[in-house]
This record gives sequence, C-alpha cells and structure tokens, in this order.
Amino acid sequence: MDKQTILNVHETMLVIRKFEERALNLFETNKLRGSVHLSIGQEAVAATVGAYLRDEDYITSTHRGHGHAIAKGARADRAMAELMGKVTGYCGGRGGSMHIADVDKGNLGANAIVGGGIPHAAGAALSAKMRGTDQVAVTFFGDGASNEGIFHETLNMASIWKLPVIFICENNLYGMTTNVERVTSVKDIAVRGAAYDIPGVVVDGNDVFSVEKAFKKALKRAKAGDGPTLIEAKTYRWKGHWTGDPEMYRSRDEVSSWKEKCPILRLEAHMIENQLLTEEQIRTKHQEIDQLIDEAERFALESPEPDPSTVLDNVFDEGDQ
Amino acid sequence: MREITYAQAIQEAMSEEMRRDQNIMFMGEDIGVYGGAFGVSRGMFEEFGDKRVRDTPITELAITGCAAGAAMTGLRPIVEIMFSDFMTLAMEQLVNQAAKNRFQFGGQAAVPMVLRTPGGSGTGAAEQHSQSLEAWVCHVPGLKVVIPSTPYDAKGLLKAAIRDNNPVVFIEQKLLYRTKGEVPEPGDDYIIELGKADIKREGSDLTIITYGRMVPRALEVAEAFSQKGTSIEVIDIRTLVPLDTEALISSAKKTGRVLIVHEACQRGGYGGEIAGLIADSEAFFYLDAPIKRLGGLDVPIPYNPNLEAQVVPTVESITKAVNELL
Repeated sequence: MDKQTILNVHETMLVIRKFEERALNLFETNKLRGSVHLSIGQEAVAATVGAYLRDEDYITSTHRGHGHAIAKGARADRAMAELMGKVTGYCGGRGGSMHIADVDKGNLGANAIVGGGIPHAAGAALSAKMRGTDQVAVTFFGDGASNEGIFHETLNMASIWKLPVIFICENNLYGMTTNVERVTSVKDIAVRGAAYDIPGVVVDGNDVFSVEKAFKKALKRAKAGDGPTLIEAKTYRWKGHWTGDPEMYRSRDEVSSWKEKCPILRLEAHMIENQLLTEEQIRTKHQEIDQLIDEAERFALESPEPDPSTVLDNVFDEGDQ
Repeated sequence: MREITYAQAIQEAMSEEMRRDQNIMFMGEDIGVYGGAFGVSRGMFEEFGDKRVRDTPITELAITGCAAGAAMTGLRPIVEIMFSDFMTLAMEQLVNQAAKNRFQFGGQAAVPMVLRTPGGSGTGAAEQHSQSLEAWVCHVPGLKVVIPSTPYDAKGLLKAAIRDNNPVVFIEQKLLYRTKGEVPEPGDDYIIELGKADIKREGSDLTIITYGRMVPRALEVAEAFSQKGTSIEVIDIRTLVPLDTEALISSAKKTGRVLIVHEACQRGGYGGEIAGLIADSEAFFYLDAPIKRLGGLDVPIPYNPNLEAQVVPTVESITKAVNELL
C-alpha cells in the first residue's frame, strides 16, 4: 500500500469511527431514532476495500453499513441527515440507517434483510459484464448471512458465470446475539467457497494490510474475467448488535481483548513507526475529523423534515423508456 | 389479421423488444436451450445467444435478486419463473428488495424488470403448480401486476411492461398459452398502456369484472344470456396494479349489477379489493343488487381432474351467480 493510500484509509477509518460514535451519542440523547447498528472496531475492512474501488464500481452493504457507505464516498453530513430522517439525507429520509444508498458513487444500498444485498452485487456484476465494462461489484455481509440460502445460491451463480463480484464476509463472531460457532458448520466461512469452486481466503479484518493483500488479488481475478473470490475478514464489533443491546451474551473481557486489536491504533502505530505521520500530525487529523463530524451533526440537525405531501413520491418511477 | 397463439404473442413481444434494445436480457430456468417449460421462448436462444437468453440454475431467489441488481445498473432484465407457485421462493427479493429499492433510496434508482410467470390450474399439475397468487403481489406497494387474457393483449401489455421503469409481475395463464387470437403483423409496434381495462363485450344489465382465463368463460356466459335477452358487459381489467378504477365504476353505474369473477381463492382475493372499490364509490348509489364475488374455493388445487375442475369458477357457476343477481 503506498503512502497516500495509507493516509486515505486512515482518514476513512477515522471518519467511520467518529461518525458512529456520534450517531451513538445522538441516539442516547434522543436526537436520532430507529435501529442503528454500529461497526466500530470493524473499520479496516470497509476502509481498505473502499480505497481500491472507483466510483463506477459497485457495492452492496448490510444493516451495519455506515462504514461501507463512507468508504465508498458518502459524505458524513448527508449520511447523518439520513439517520435523522431528514430531507437532505441520501434517501430523503425514506430509508434511514439501514438503507443508505449512494447510487452515484456505486453504493447500491445498505440492506435490512440479512443477505438481501448479496444477489444485487451479482446482478450488478452481470450488468457490467453484459455492458462490456471493467466495473466490479463487492458485496459486504456478515457471518450470519453465510447461513442464508441466498449466499449459497448467489455464490453458485457467480461462479458458473464467472462474474466480477467479490464476496466479503465480515465475520464479527455474532449473528445478532448468537456466537457464530454455535450456528455455523465450519470454523472458517471462507472454506464455503470451495463448494462453488471459488477461492476462499481468511484475513485479519483488523489489519488493513491483510485485507489489502487479499482484496487486490480478488480484484485482479475479477477484472481478468476469472470470477469471484470469497474473503472472510475476522473482526469484531465493539458495540452491541444495535444501540439498545444489553449485551448479555458476551463477556467484558472478550470485548476488551478485541479493543486491544483496534484497527485504527494498529495502523497509526505502523504510520509512526514508518514515519508516515508524527503523533502530532495524527492528533491534528483526529481534530479535523472531529470538526467534520460536528459539521455533519449540525447539518443534519438543521436540515428540514420531509414535506408530508411528498410521502407517495417514488413508489413508482413515473417515466418509462 | 393473422392469428397467433398467446405463447407466440409473448415470445414476439420479448424478441421484438430485445432487437430494439441491447440492454434487455432474458433469464430463467430452462428458457434457453429447451425454450421454456411451456415452449414460450422457443427460438430465442438461437437468435440472441446464451448471454442474453440465459439459462439459470434452479434458484428463483438468486435469479430475482440478480435481476434487481442488474436492473439498478443499466440492464432491463426479463425473468421467467417457471410456475407462479415458485414466486414464493423469490418473495424476499421481489417484495423486500425490487419493490422497495426505488422508494427506500429516495428515488436514486429505478428497477426496470419484468417477472413473467404462468399461473392457474387446469393442467393436472396439482397443489404446488396450479395456484393463482396474484393477490399476494398486488398487496405490495412498488409492484405492478398484469394478467392478460388474449394474444393481442399479451403482446401489447408485455411490451409496455418491458418498457416500464418499475418491477412488473406479468402473470400468464398456462391454459391460454395455446389459444389463438388476432395480433397485428410483427412490424406493427403497438403498446397497450398499463392501467387500462378493456371492455371485452358491451352490455347494459349486468357487469362481469374479471381477468385472465376467466375472461373467455365470462364471455361464453354473456353470449348465452344474450340469447335470452339479458345484456352482460364483460370487463377485462388486464392490469391489476395500477387498476383502471374509472372504467369499473362507470360500468357499475351503467348496469347497476356487478359480479366479480376470478380463479384465485375467494378469501383475500383481488375480487374483494374490486368490490370494496365499487362500494366506496358513487357507483354504490346506482346498484340494484349487492356486489357479488365468485372466486375459487378456499382449498388447494387437487390433482383429480373432476375435483380440480370443481374448485374454480365454471360456466355453470358463473351462470348461477348471474342469475342470483338478476
């Protein structure tokens, strides 16, 4: 990874972290409602993948999708406005946290159905292939989704058609509250690729360089027309399944042991060691992002509510060919 | 005018549209090499090749989801679900995804796709290959629903569905596939706008509102009644969503008697929606009799041919219902 990419990935991770910390704070102070799922602790996966995608490449995401959206180019202010259901949000307040889409940047949407976005990425990849472009599609999903039928159906389809799609399983050890080991037949979800003749790779999801290595290879494979790759990123969410989760299913010790593997601190240690940024410069970067998030919050709070008379808009596209 | 079958009309609509627009593709189970379980797409694989006429694994959910993803990114997919019963396997992607993507993204995407699927009983295919599930999809905002009854309508409506920028569920009637009707020559690019009912027979004493394969039965009943001096109007709604409410209300006002006929189970069927719509309208004050529904019995479709014939409306049961209203 070159220096500029490392700086970009670092910045993206900070934006995701601070965006979500702020979202939690706003939820706890009743300025934000609904169901908010935080990816704090998992930022390395989204940020690294995002750094190697172009605007014209596609992603599909999950209910835990703020990081994916930001990594694919979403602005913090419009994303925060969407969380607040405001008209300036990406979806005009219609979708909220679980449905942020940013189609101009290739984000075909977060998805509140476990596994729901997986076939959309295959479809986008098929579309790219049919239209003769070199676009690729990436689908993010969790360990839980790998037990859904749609995961298996789509892997098979993507394999037979050699689609330029990359399946990224963020295994954060819990499908909602249930430990992955209790409900999953395999230790490494990546081995499921073998059933569909798709390479499966396990990476340290808290290490940007580990993600980078596997993703670049997958990207090369997809663009060469050799088909999909399944990447399993082992990671951990520091917060509960959602903002109201009492977290009775895991120990405090387990959570703290993962906090010691913080992907941001790890990258920062690397950056200092390799003299990419000084501690002082890193502090300044943090302040810059804090400011960006302050502005995002202000923008979202000050943005207007949707006009009630527009509630029926966009059920259908009124135009046709 | 030349006569072609309902199946040929559907094939012509797809082929003509695919010649017109390179971004239209067609996928489904056994639709390519084999030409479709009902032979609808015979010849298309040869003309358009295995990329645009794409045989898929038996995976209704992934086919539908893949189509939705392709539709949001520049293609206009047509999907065939071999029997409408198998829509149940595709429901997550159809109902939670394709129907809602545009709305939930605040209009950022369109999902121009058509899901074609044959529905209905009468072929001895029993409980899991004979259902009429249109009410399920009519209930979901974001889906359009079309059920044609003639080759002419099938071709014109399918072309409109393919050009529509929204997900359209196009339910074909498997017992009508081999029926023939007049259809303009291939070069004649006619379109039938979605949301327009068709008065298949004009009348003044009673209106039968129906669709799909019950249309020919209603017409047979209307013809028989005309011999006895009773004039029955037969309205084919053709598009269930959007529904041509004006045509239905105006016919109810004209005749004062309304019978709604469909093959789908009566309980929770679309006939209830139509009855409610008329009861809620100014047509109520013109009615000379209660609005009557005649749907299928609330049982699964049985295998035995005599039992099978007994559970959906017949010429006899429609005749009886008309007599009860007169």
